[in-house]
Parts: sequence; structure tokens; C-alpha cells
Amino acid sequence: MVTIFIDNVPYEVKPGKNLLEACLTLGMNLPYFCWHPAMGSVGACRQCAVKVFKDEADTKGKLTMSCMEPVRDGMRLSINEADAVEFRGHIIEWLMTNHPHDCAVCDEGGSCHLQDMTVMTGHNYRRYEYQKRTYRNQYLGPFLNHEMNRCIQCYRCVRYYKDYAGGHDLDVFAAHNHIYFGRSEDGVLESEFSGNLAEVCPTGVFTDKTLKQHYTRKWDLTMAPSVCQHCSVGCNITAGERYGTLRNILNRYNGEVNGYFLCDRGRFGYEFVNNPGRVRKALVRSQLPEAVNPVTAIQEAVAILRTGRVIGIGSPRASLESNYALRTLVGEENFHHGVADNDHDLADLALKILRDGPARTFSLKEVETADAVFILGEDLTNTAPMLALAVRQSVRQQPLQQVAAAKIPLWQDAAARELIQDQKGPLFIATFTDTKLDEVATATYHASPDTIARLGFAVAHYLSDNAPEMNDLTEDEQVLAQRIAMALRSAKKPMVISGCSSGSEAILKAAANVATALFEQNPATGISLTVPECNSMGLAMIGGHKLESAFEAVQNGYADTVIILENDLYRHACKTKVEEFLNTAKQVIVLDHTHHATTEKAAILLPAGAFSEADGTLVNHEGRAQRFYQVYPTPEDIQESWRWLTDLGTVMAHPQMINWHNIDDIKQAIAQELAQFKGIEGITPSANFRVAGQKIARESHRFSGRTAMFANQSVHEPKPPEDPDSPLSYTMEGFHGEAPAPVNPFFWYPGWNSAQSVNKYQEEVGGHLHHGDPGLRLIEPPKESIKHYFTVIPEHFQPIRNHLYMLPLYHIFGSEEQSTQAPAIAQRVPEPYVALSRADALELDKQEGQVLTFSIEGIVYQLQVRIDDNLTKGTAGLPKGLRGVPFAEMPAWAILNKEEPSWKNQPQIIS
Amino acid sequence: MEKPLTQHIVPGRSPLSLKEYEKVGGYQSVRKVLKEMTPAEVQTLVKNSNLRGRGGAGFNTGLKWSFVPMGDNVPRPKYLVANADEMEPGTFKDRLLLEGNPHQLIEGMIVASYAIQADISYVFLRFAYKLAAQEITKAINEAYEAGYLGKNILGSGYSLEMHLHTGVGRYMCGEETALLNALEGKRANPRAKPPFPQVSGLYGKPTIVNNVETLCCLPHIVNNGAEWFKGLSRNKSEDAGTKLYGVSGKVNKPGCWELPMGVTVRELLEEYAGGMKNDYKFRGALPGGASTDFLVEEHLDVKMDYNSVAAVGSRMGTGTMIVLDDQTCPVGFVQNLQHFFAQESCGFCTPCREGLPWVEKVLSSIDSGTGKQADMNILDFHTKYLGPGNTFCALAPGAMEPLQSALKYFREDFERHIHEQRCPWRS
Repeated sequence: MVTIFIDNVPYEVKPGKNLLEACLTLGMNLPYFCWHPAMGSVGACRQCAVKVFKDEADTKGKLTMSCMEPVRDGMRLSINEADAVEFRGHIIEWLMTNHPHDCAVCDEGGSCHLQDMTVMTGHNYRRYEYQKRTYRNQYLGPFLNHEMNRCIQCYRCVRYYKDYAGGHDLDVFAAHNHIYFGRSEDGVLESEFSGNLAEVCPTGVFTDKTLKQHYTRKWDLTMAPSVCQHCSVGCNITAGERYGTLRNILNRYNGEVNGYFLCDRGRFGYEFVNNPGRVRKALVRSQLPEAVNPVTAIQEAVAILRTGRVIGIGSPRASLESNYALRTLVGEENFHHGVADNDHDLADLALKILRDGPARTFSLKEVETADAVFILGEDLTNTAPMLALAVRQSVRQQPLQQVAAAKIPLWQDAAARELIQDQKGPLFIATFTDTKLDEVATATYHASPDTIARLGFAVAHYLSDNAPEMNDLTEDEQVLAQRIAMALRSAKKPMVISGCSSGSEAILKAAANVATALFEQNPATGISLTVPECNSMGLAMIGGHKLESAFEAVQNGYADTVIILENDLYRHACKTKVEEFLNTAKQVIVLDHTHHATTEKAAILLPAGAFSEADGTLVNHEGRAQRFYQVYPTPEDIQESWRWLTDLGTVMAHPQMINWHNIDDIKQAIAQELAQFKGIEGITPSANFRVAGQKIARESHRFSGRTAMFANQSVHEPKPPEDPDSPLSYTMEGFHGEAPAPVNPFFWYPGWNSAQSVNKYQEEVGGHLHHGDPGLRLIEPPKESIKHYFTVIPEHFQPIRNHLYMLPLYHIFGSEEQSTQAPAIAQRVPEPYVALSRADALELDKQEGQVLTFSIEGIVYQLQVRIDDNLTKGTAGLPKGLRGVPFAEMPAWAILNKEEPSWKNQPQIIS
Repeated sequence: MEKPLTQHIVPGRSPLSLKEYEKVGGYQSVRKVLKEMTPAEVQTLVKNSNLRGRGGAGFNTGLKWSFVPMGDNVPRPKYLVANADEMEPGTFKDRLLLEGNPHQLIEGMIVASYAIQADISYVFLRFAYKLAAQEITKAINEAYEAGYLGKNILGSGYSLEMHLHTGVGRYMCGEETALLNALEGKRANPRAKPPFPQVSGLYGKPTIVNNVETLCCLPHIVNNGAEWFKGLSRNKSEDAGTKLYGVSGKVNKPGCWELPMGVTVRELLEEYAGGMKNDYKFRGALPGGASTDFLVEEHLDVKMDYNSVAAVGSRMGTGTMIVLDDQTCPVGFVQNLQHFFAQESCGFCTPCREGLPWVEKVLSSIDSGTGKQADMNILDFHTKYLGPGNTFCALAPGAMEPLQSALKYFREDFERHIHEQRCPWRS
């Protein structure tokens, strides 16, 4: 630590930082715009000026941009010196010369960094009396509004979009006071991370378009800490509600996970909660009307359960608590996973690999700092988008070493980027076809799953003789494998990324071998494995039987009653099997929040709370247990699945469940029964937690309409709803200071109304939240783990005549079930298709857009052809989970159907 | 009087071809440095000659070079760039050298490149200098053919490539770091220093950017020695060598002359520019282009060298003077300059991007008779806060120099505009 004097008071600060970071970390209010903790300094806005003095005797000093000045021991500076204060005021005055002052109608108003900084500098009187410059705004797609007149030209948007997120279609145009930030022409922003512009922009140029559909000011939102439900990464989010509808999702900073950013699926996928297709009432299909009150529904369900032989089917997108409640209700031996058997096996294998080690699983933050990455079989941008964004940062790590060597501070962003130019650090990607990350890769390899696995096995062997040897490598494979091995070996913090999306066990095993072989030489080695859904890892950790065995249980009469938890089975098994299963079962009870094909078959349908209406815990792909909180009281009869199940258990006098009164009781039970979840009861303060005797308010103290919102229905003020599951209150009554990070409903600090207020919650700006980032890592490999290698190496891929080896392809917008029900996301979902290699298309005489007919496991597909230049001949790609593409367990051999006579071959799409 | 830089330039005649240039001693300095001198010796020679950058900043050229990492284990390629983006209003001295004797520039560039062991060199030329572009292209081709450029120059083992790059006409590109960004194909925004271009310049590699006139001095220093160069200046000037001075405005003979460093303002105006035109009186002059402070009557005996001009609160800049006469409105004069600077701001930092257009609008308002007393405060705070270090680069501080000195020397003219609500220079 070094000492600096700020306005003559000595402070201990960390060396290597800049003055702005130091001041903010010390909790001081120093205004800024262009600096961003994740993006460093460029010195454009000149807002953070301070006076720096040469020594104690120097009284004149020099105005200095604090973001561009490194901390030096003994340094003397002043924030409050008159010139510095006046200059900072002038900066706002200059910025305001062209700003439209439309706060009253601006979506950013109330959570605007520009407003905050304006107030902070004290500038309040307008002297500029000439015409303002105006701009034409652009259509940027369904996610973001564009209002250029508000722009204060801080350059953050382009720096984030191009430099940080690797986008290509947002730029700065023109010059002097006419510079323009936008696309070269109107159009949808291509980056999967464009939504962050709404938070990166310090004012209202880029704002959330979905929020605009049901606009609410930040101060009028009821907010709670939550966790994203749209992939396995588990980014932390803040969800906001008003009048019973979810209004927006904001990033909730977590220094170990998502940092400052979210992907667009995570930010804009929330609107499925407001979907008209929601299940809002309990339905008993044998009654008329079907909608019944909860008591009747429970009685009916209990009656069925009492007489039936019951099995339960859990869900990878339901909370740990809901899955555990179902498992408890039906008994461990009758608990099945509602996932395809292949996914089940792969998730189990991923869990085993992470548990056995020896390499430990990296958090997202650690991925950013890995200096050599090898990706096997994962199209990260589409399966775990934020992991892809982290990898984009990792490729800078090795080049950045030169920056440090040249004594340029890493936060000096423009200088660092200038020095390293387009050098990128080792990143090797082996996937079925091209992926968006390919553009930053050192080398890519596009092949069939087994061939990818073989490359991995070969790399592992080059890294360690203990890894199984391969004899039949082609020369190209050898060269590439050696190159990858060399790059990984010479890295300080190498890592391997793979996952379940490829559907290939061999790929996972190969990835594990590479990690193990690397670990033998470098204990800093990391691994990261994606799993299909937000709680796939939690479900795998609970354990349970396969879906196929559930089908068999009903088929062979072992069971006749099924409880299905938050799951559309049609997405996890082929249609014929699911139909047969649901038709054979005597009684089907479904709990879910949205109607789908499986709820259609339910005899009893119980309305479950979506994530914003529920409390629960998810385990992300790294094994981090994270709690999400209910945002607002559930409308109508909706309640958490675990609460429905506990109600059933209680009525049935289940010896354990009868003692469950709130979520804390279930978490206790989980931690007690299942050693792998030890500690989860403590990841958040219990429901009894109070600050100075108060609950923590979900609403800001400025919340308006507390007593008036429902005055049209009743002028009597209703009693505020109670929350038995958390220390959060549903109103603005309660504690408004800094709550413990896991239960902090929103970031706000006096004078800091925007998202930037997170500075005040961090130990150092851009670092960990006070008292540690939320979440508990449940998986750590044993210290002295055995270096185990998988030894079965697959053969080279061999095409089969009249067949195509169908491989799963993923779409960030389209492959995930819930987000596609959000209107904004739905606009971005591609049409169904089948991807053919050019060679196969030629052989099959198919052109782009023509229909190809094929069948997998008896299901016939008729899909438009997309020609893909990177697919291996003999393989083809089928978009997984896409609307209009029925389920198939992949990889699978598709049989090419004989051509129908042309008069029958109408171009139609199966749905 | 020696005029080494312009001795072979004859107005109206095409520049010397390589053959002709060689006949009058051209490229001797290249032979000399390649065969007889180490790069370190060249650097020392130039440092000792006290050659200061002719682009305006006046930094010791040899010293500038000395920050370039030398030896085997340094980043490569290293670059040398000739800054020929002459766009300072009122400045036309480099043009004379570029159009008049391009081989002299190439020769100087080879010497400089050798001194820093550059691998690649560029001439970054103002887009409007079409004739210069032709002449330089021709000269570079000749130099390649004669073996002064390319691989293994004159069998010395030293290799140098040279390219001409024509800009698109942004004043900003005269700033060396913005020039480098432009050369890389990026926006011509300046860069923060440190890191300096000597360490991380073009494409992040060690780079020296020198002004055309600076480079043209080099062959003569190599041929004649440091002491000779120092002896060229007159009037006991602390600066060395000759300088291309220019005068524009209502003088009898506006033009550009190579004169010993240290010539006085009066000599320049009266002896070379032929004095003011009939009926015009001298009110002041910007001594070194649009971005320097006014000098007035009392400064006429100031020596035109870096330290002397700085001592009276201005800058020698490019050494090309714009004269303000008594029949030109100083407000309009400054407004015109501010219009230029506001337009040429790259738009990167707030004070420059937003401040200059405001200043321009205020000046237009005063000039057109709608000014207010409060406008003077607005001008004053801009001159105070658009100073060096407060803005990202030197453009806005440069723009403030004529304004702040106009407010100092011609304040009553500004006040009159406001009181009379009209421009007294207009009927």
C-alpha cells in the first residue's frame, strides 16, 4: 500500500491503480463519465479532474485527470480545490450545451449517471443560449431505443461494444461536436451483448426497449435480487416489478460471476413472465369449470396421490428446493430427472469430472483472466453467452503482458490496445461448425464429435505421457494437437472449456483428459463445463433416475401416477414416447408457470411461480449455489412449486414435509440430508434476519403510489403482503441502507441513483462486493486427487450412405425454452432449418432454401436447407430446441427419406 | 548568408531530379552516415547541433530520438514518419520544401531513419498538396532505383522502405499521435502520452515523427557539422540553424524566406515582407501560425526564436506570421480562427468539442452586434480552462492562444462591439 494525501488527509491506497479508482474506492464522490471499471481509462470526458500538487510547498498545483494519473506514494491532490471544482462544473456545462434536458420524458431519468454527476458538480445555470445540434435516431432492433440527442459523447458505448464485446456494427462517425454513435445504417444490433449498452451509457441514448413497453422509473419498481434463468452460467440480476408485471432486468454486480454485464437473452428474456399463456389458476380437468381454488386442487391432487403409485419428474429449470420437495414427496427411488437420458448422463459425467478434479472449475471472473483457452465442442456464444464474453477477455491476457512489461498501466485502455494491436492470446476452438468466437481464435477445427474428441485426447497425450496414446492420428491432427499442447503448456493459467451441448460423452472425457494432463504440470489449470439449463447442475447433484426409466415404470405398471415439475417433456424426449407415457399414466399432475404441450395432458395443473414470483436456489455450471428472491407477491393462486408440493405433503401428513414452513426449512432439510449441499442454508441471511429490527425494503424510499396504486379498486389501504421466506419487505417500509450482498434488492446510494452506485458496494471499484460476492461454490476437487484418465478413444468419423449424422446446433435466441416466449426475443428467433455441408448439399442436389426430408427415430422432419461451409461431410446440423423443430436426441443418424414425387413435395415446414 | 535548405529551390522551376541533386552534393550525408557513423553518433551529432523541432513545439530533435529503444532486442519494425500535414492556418513553409526539393526531405528521412534504425518510413502529406504528392512520389521512385532506399542501402546492410501517405484533410493529423492513428486507418484522435510514440507509436511500435523542415536540416548538419549549424543563427540567438519564416497579411511582399534563426520580428516585417501596405497600420501578428498568441507593436524587436518568443508570452510555432492590420476587425479575425479550430476538433474530449463551438458562437454574436457583457466572461473562462493539460491534446489550448491574447491586447475592441451592438469595422 502507498500513502496519498487527498485535501491534506493521508490515505492508504493500493499501488498500480489510478487516482480515480483510488478516490472512488475510498468512498469519495468524484464525478466521471468515460472511465468504466471494466474498460479502464481513456481520458475523453475530462470530468474527473483534480488538482495535483508537486509537493507540500506547491500551492498552485495542476489540473489533472484523475483517471489517467497513476497513484504514486506521497502524492498530494485535492478534489475540493476551487479550480478543480470549477473545471468539473464547466465540463457539465459544456456537456449540457447540446443535451436536450428532456429528463421528464427520458427513460433514464431517475437512474441517470448524467443527472447524478450534474448534481454532484453543482452546475445548475444555463448560459449557452444558441441552437442545440440535433441528430436522427436509428432503429436498432427489438432490444434498444436510440436517442442520440441526449448523447454526451463519452465514447463508452463504442468502447464497450467494439473493444470489450467484440461487436462490429456500432461505431462513432463524423467529427467535432457532430460526432455520432450508431450503426452505419438502421438495423438490428448484431452483438449478443448489446443490452449492456443501456447500462454502459451514462444517459438515455441507449435504453431498454422492452422496459419502454411498460415503462416504470427505477424509484417506482419493486425489486429483488435474482439469478438469471436462461442458461447455466447463473448471472446475477435485479428484477423489477410494478402493478404485477415484471418490468425489466438489470445487471446485479457479482465480482466472481457476471461482473457488470449480461447477455441479451438474460436481459430481455424476462417477459415470458408476463406472457398471456401463463397458468394462473389451478385446473382440475375432471371438473367444470376447470379452474378451481387452491384448496380444491390440493384435495383432488391428494386424493390421486393417496391411491396412486406415484413417480415424480424433476426439472433442470426448477429450483433446488422444488426438485427436492418433489423428491421428498415421491421418495428418492421414484424421483426421475426430466431431461433426455443423454443429457442426464452428460450432466452426471460433467459433475463427476468437476468433483474428481484435479483441475478446479473456474468462475466466470477466472475465465476472463485465463491466458490460454481450449474449447471443445461448445458454441459458447449460443450455449453460455457470458462465458463467451469472458473468453473474449481472456485472449487479451498474454498480449497484455507486454503492456505491463512496457510499464503501461493496464487500465490505460487506449495505450494498452495500441501496443497489443490485434494480437490475441492462445484460444483454440474445436466445434462442429463455425462459431462467433472463431474470429478471436488462434486456430479453429471444425469436425464431427468423435474427431473433436480425438483431437482432445491427442492434446492430452502431448501434454502428459500418462494420458492414453493415440496411434492413428492424421498429420494435420498431429500438428494441431502439438500446437495446442504447446500453447497450453506455456501458459500461466490455462483452461479447458467444454460442456454438454455437443451431446458427446467422448468430447467431455477428452476435455477432462486435457485438464488433467495440464494440471500435472500446472496446478493453476482450470476447467469449465456448461450444462444445458439454469439448474441442470443442481439436479445432477441431487441425483435421480432417468426419464426413460420413468417411461418404463408407467409402461410396466410400476407406477400409474406422475407428478411433473416445471417441465415440458416434449422438449426432452421424442414425441411418440412422451405421448405414450402421458396417455398410459392414469393421472398426471403438472406444476408449471406457463402452458405448453405437457400441461395440456395434465389432469391437475398447479400454477407455479416463475422466478420473479418465487424463492429458490440454483446451482450454476461451476457448482455455485445462488439464491433468487421473489420480487412481488404472487398474483392469483400462483405459488412456488415447492410450496405446492409442501402443501400436498402436509395434507398427506408426510413426516418431514409437515415441518416445512418456509424456504429456510427446506434448505435446512437439503443440507442435512444431502452432504453435497452442505452450507447452502447459510448462503443468504435467513428469513428472520433483520437490520436494526427492520426488514430490507424491496422498494426505494421514493416509491410512489404506495397507497394510491389500487385506489381504483379500493380506497382502503391493504395490509402489506408478508414474505415468510426472506428478510425483504414488499413495500418501501424497511431498511434502506446497504443490505448484505446476497439479499441486496438494488444498488442505490445517496447521490448515486444509476447503476454506477455499485461502486459504493464494492471493496474496491471493480472488485468484490463488501463481505464477499454472493453464492457458495459446492464443488471443489479434493486437494490430493488421483490423476484419472479416460482411456476409451473413439474412432474417426465415418459417414454412412443415405444417412446424415445429425448434430445439435444452438441459438442464443431460440434454443432456450422460456426466453423465446418474450416478444422481443421472439423477434430474433430464426426460422427452422437443417444445416448441410456443401458437399452433401451437392450430392443431395439441394440448394439453400429447398426442403430436405429425413427422419430420426421415426420422426419425420421436413426442413429448409441452410448450406454450411464448415460442417464435415456426412454430418448435418439441426437447431436444438427451436420452435418448429421437434425433439431428437443428438447426435443421431438421420435417415434420408426417398424423395417424394415433386407434386407432393410442397415446401412446408413441420410444426 | 547561407540558405542551406532552400539553396536549390528556384521558384517556378521543377525540383532537381536525383541526378541533378547528386551533382550538387545530394545524398552525401546518406553515404557519410551509412559508411562512417554509427546510429549513436548520428544521434549525438544532431543532439549537439541543437536542432529543435520545426513543427512548432521546438523539442530537441536528437533528444527526441534518444528515447527510441535501440539494440537487437527491441520491438520491430521501427518507424520514421515525416509530418508533412501542414495545415496550420497561415503556414506554407513545408510546402516550399516539399514542392521545391523533395530529395532533400528523403535524404533527411534516411539519415533520421538510420539514426533510430527505423525499418519503414512514411511521408504523411496534407491531402491538398497535390503537386508535392507528385514530386515526392517521383523522388521516392528515383531514390529506390538509385539504391538509396530498399534493402541493403549502398551495401551498408541497412535497409529502409519509404511510402507516401496522403491524408484526407484533417488539421488534427498534424498532431503526431493523431497522425499515427490516421496512418493506422483509425479516427484521427490524439493519444494520451505517456506512452510516447518513441516507445509505442505506429502500430504500437517505436516511432519518430519529425516535421519536414526538421528533417531537411539533417543532411546539412551531417555534411557540415554541429558547430557550423549552431553558427548559422544570428543576433546571439540560443537556437541553431536557419528557419523558414513566412509573413502573410496586408504587407507589401508576403512570402516565405529562409533566414538565420534569431531574426527579429521587425526585420522580417520591414526588410523581407516590405512593410505594411499603404494605408494599413500594423496592430499585431500571430508569430507562428493561427495557434500562437498575438505579438504587438512593443514586441517588434523580439527575436524570432523559440525562447525569445516564449519569453514574451507567445510561441514561435511554425515561424510563419499572420499580420493583423488596423482595417481588419480583431473580433472577426479571431472568430474566423475559432471557426476553423471548432471545425477541426476531433470530438474526443469535452472541453474542445463543446467549448470551441461555444466560443465561436459567442464571437459571431459579438461580431454581428448581438453580444452581451456576460459573453466576455464566457470567453474568459474558456481561455482559462481550455489550457494545456485540461484538454486531451494541444488543439484547444492552441486555439485559445490567439483568443486570450486578443482579449488582452484588443479588449476595448471587443467591448466596443458589445456597447455599440455593431462591428465598428463595418459601415
